[in-house]
Amino acid sequence: MNFIPPDFAPASSEIFMLIMVCVVMLADLTAGEKKPYLAYLLTQITLLGCTILTYTSFSIESVQTFHGMFVDDSMADTLKLMIYGTVSAVLVYSYSYIADRGMLRGEFFSLILFATLGMMVMISASHFLTLYIGLELLSLALYALVALRRDSVVATEAAMKFFVLGALASGFLLYGMSLVYGATGTLHVSQLTQVIQSGASSKEVLVVGLVFIVAGISFKLSAAPFHMWAPDVYQGAPTAVTLFIGSAPKFAAFGFVMRLLIEGLGEMVSDWQGMLVILAVLSMAVGNIAAIAQSNIKRMLAYSTISHMGFLLLGFISADSNGYSSALFYVIAYVLMTLGTFAAIMLLCRYGFEAEDINDFKGLSKRNSWYAFITMLFMLSLAGIPPMMGFYAKFAVLQAVVNAGFVWLAVVAVLFSLIGAFYYLRIIKLMYFDEPEVTESIESNNDVKILFSANGLAILVLGIFPQALMSLSLFAIQNTL
Amino acid sequence: MLSDFPLLTLIIWLPIIFGIAVLATGDDRNASFARWISLTGAILGFLVAIPLYTNFDIATGAMQFVEHRTWFERFNVNYHLGVDGISMPLILLNCFITPLIVVAGWEVIKVRVSQYLGAFLIMSGIVNGVFSSLDAILFYVYWEASLIPMFLIIGIWGGANRVYAAIKFFLYTLLGSLLMLVAFIYLYQASEGSFSIEAYHKLPISMTPQILIFIAFLLAFAVKVPMWPVHTWLPDAHVEAPTGGSVVLAAILLKLGGYGFLRFSLPIVPDASHYLASMMIVLSLIAVVYIGLIALMQADMKKLIAYSSVAHMGFVTLGFFFFNAYGIEGAMVQMISHGFISGAMFLCVGVLYDRLHSRQIADYGGVVNKMPIFAAFFMLFAMANAGLPGTSGFVGEFMVIMSAVQISFWYAFLAATTLIFGAAYTLWMYKRVIFGAVASPAVESLQDISKREFALLAILAIAVLWVGVYPFPLTEVMHTTVEQLLIHIGNSKL
Repeated sequence: MNFIPPDFAPASSEIFMLIMVCVVMLADLTAGEKKPYLAYLLTQITLLGCTILTYTSFSIESVQTFHGMFVDDSMADTLKLMIYGTVSAVLVYSYSYIADRGMLRGEFFSLILFATLGMMVMISASHFLTLYIGLELLSLALYALVALRRDSVVATEAAMKFFVLGALASGFLLYGMSLVYGATGTLHVSQLTQVIQSGASSKEVLVVGLVFIVAGISFKLSAAPFHMWAPDVYQGAPTAVTLFIGSAPKFAAFGFVMRLLIEGLGEMVSDWQGMLVILAVLSMAVGNIAAIAQSNIKRMLAYSTISHMGFLLLGFISADSNGYSSALFYVIAYVLMTLGTFAAIMLLCRYGFEAEDINDFKGLSKRNSWYAFITMLFMLSLAGIPPMMGFYAKFAVLQAVVNAGFVWLAVVAVLFSLIGAFYYLRIIKLMYFDEPEVTESIESNNDVKILFSANGLAILVLGIFPQALMSLSLFAIQNTL
Repeated sequence: MLSDFPLLTLIIWLPIIFGIAVLATGDDRNASFARWISLTGAILGFLVAIPLYTNFDIATGAMQFVEHRTWFERFNVNYHLGVDGISMPLILLNCFITPLIVVAGWEVIKVRVSQYLGAFLIMSGIVNGVFSSLDAILFYVYWEASLIPMFLIIGIWGGANRVYAAIKFFLYTLLGSLLMLVAFIYLYQASEGSFSIEAYHKLPISMTPQILIFIAFLLAFAVKVPMWPVHTWLPDAHVEAPTGGSVVLAAILLKLGGYGFLRFSLPIVPDASHYLASMMIVLSLIAVVYIGLIALMQADMKKLIAYSSVAHMGFVTLGFFFFNAYGIEGAMVQMISHGFISGAMFLCVGVLYDRLHSRQIADYGGVVNKMPIFAAFFMLFAMANAGLPGTSGFVGEFMVIMSAVQISFWYAFLAATTLIFGAAYTLWMYKRVIFGAVASPAVESLQDISKREFALLAILAIAVLWVGVYPFPLTEVMHTTVEQLLIHIGNSKL
């Protein structure tokens, strides 16, 4: 039998990433003691290299390779480029935080790169197994990252919960996939549609499989009622890791839903639509209501994430490219906001002091009015107040929902986001209306200063001129479907 | 002037740019610099708005000074501006009030001066944007954005209970506007992809959606006006806001609600408006009568004026739902006049508060002995608030009562009770604060108003008397637009 080597070109950035992860690990092993920043630099170089590789090989057409298990299309490339940028920003924000806490070692960076590689594989998967491998690569790296401070009790507990529930979710997913395979005889995303269309598969088995797959997805998205792990993990993990978990993997999750539900099981839209409606409403309810009761800022943001994931799911409900591109726009906006919000928390942390309580934001405007202003932009954006970007994200999704005929769902969504506005406003209240408890000024490196300012102003500027990102998200989706 | 000069853009963005410049002056070491920049910006903002009046064509009800650019194509949202006889006077009112607010805070605000003045200037620009937007999303963006500066103004510079008031203000208004957003999105679908307000005016809609849209709009606008029973945020916000904040709130922000009814509710869903008119009239009458009675019982001057604002704005919504020219024009005049009078009343209370740091009526008495000039001004504004003929307060109320007579004697009768209640609560407060023997050593030490305060009150006094004696320049610009609006509302959209 002749072995025909597959075309490696579409996967060039993944291959480059894999090589570089090994380089980072080896470099740290040999020179890490003396030059702890080496791994950081190499990681940033890796991300830059991947950006160049993906950008230069940006494919508008969908290219399959590895016997149809791997696909390179405009959605994959767009999402990957965004992931590189996000991860890079995460590293800039976390550098001094992890340096202060003795985590500035190769492990942190190689785990982050492994997670990134996992995300890239997920996004480019066109086969359920590739999808699963990518997901596990991401998840395992994340479990380890959460437990990176092994002497911290909360972190270990969080990692344990994350691992057990994550494994359960993976089990759900695998079981669902196996049922789908049983019903259709294929795991290729592109073939599933034809098989289901032909009616040769057993509808009952497919629906049962779908239920498990949707449950698995909800775990990974932290959508209610499968959200229990998120608050504990967000709270327990080191803030730098929380920042990472809360940002880049959301792009991967978006790609995951697109490949699994829309491309793979798009024929079963009438079945999953109803499930997503329930998940979305529950997530918005649980997230927004529970967030009010939190006094730990990271926990509050975890619940806020849950509610935002509910909003994101609304975008999928309309089941057309209009809705998907709205959901993508929502993810982009959400990641930008999350980056900034956690960066704000890390700015408040000092050596030996973790900013965890919402009261740590008290009087921020008196301590540093510029940071307070930028943080206010993030809060207003999370609450969906124009002219911030968060408003357009909500607006686009609501438009898709109304377009699909769910006016009542749009009303429910806005009522929950009204509840949500309260706890974001509370942060603004703490920053602007209250007196500071400590008067220490806030110091940070120049790169953090610049990035944080740019991040905040991006929320405002992309809010005033949302057209470019909206077309980008539409373009990414339209060329894929 | 060239017809394609983007005048409205200038009117919106000039104050915002000046506001950002004021913010950039930084901390309180540069306070006097910040004050002068703000005053320049505010006065320039008023000057550039004047051509809006002088070049206004009173013969047409169509939109004027129209600007139309694509904003984001993805949802066919446009940067579409224009004014007609309804929005133009409101923009002028806003541009007129802004310099007064800057001057009113001149010596009073001592901490975070640049942020205070910057917030007001930015808000002034945003409010101009609300009044001139012809695209629903553009309107919504300005509408919501106006919440942010006001939230901060109440929360940072307000009184003891400011946090509660600020959050209540924000959440109440947000509740209404979010439902309005859903209504806009629904209309976007119904009109097959348009956010143009003028397109919505022509869009046929069947009765059930009309009623639902009406209710969504009602919540948004009723909270802003505010109508009974969603008015409870207003007294809280007023009491806790600094003087400038109260003035803007009463003079400008409440008008956003009234404007919303004229621009959205009536023309977009006329059948639902007719169908639910009696409900609206009853709600408005409750505001006029019941809130008037509540105002009578207030011990806090700002609260009293806040309740009187609710009652006077009740007249505005009352006038809208009689669907005749007297009613709508009267309501418009009432909005402008209330802008002057309530602004002036809050400034008067501010003058007293700056001296004694109390808003309680009981803490005052015999002020006339120490502040005769102030007492004279306060007398004029109190009379105007009570609707004395010859002041602007009379014109609007009289027109609305006239239009009520055409509909039903009882409506007119109930509406007219405001002339009694208004006089009762305003003049009784005036009597207790100003007349009588000097109440306390604190009052004994009062100084009469400074030149700055005199200038402020004098300008407002002229405005109140001018509209009261000769309202024609005001009614003239709105007449054609109102006529057209009435014809439009008269045609069923079913």
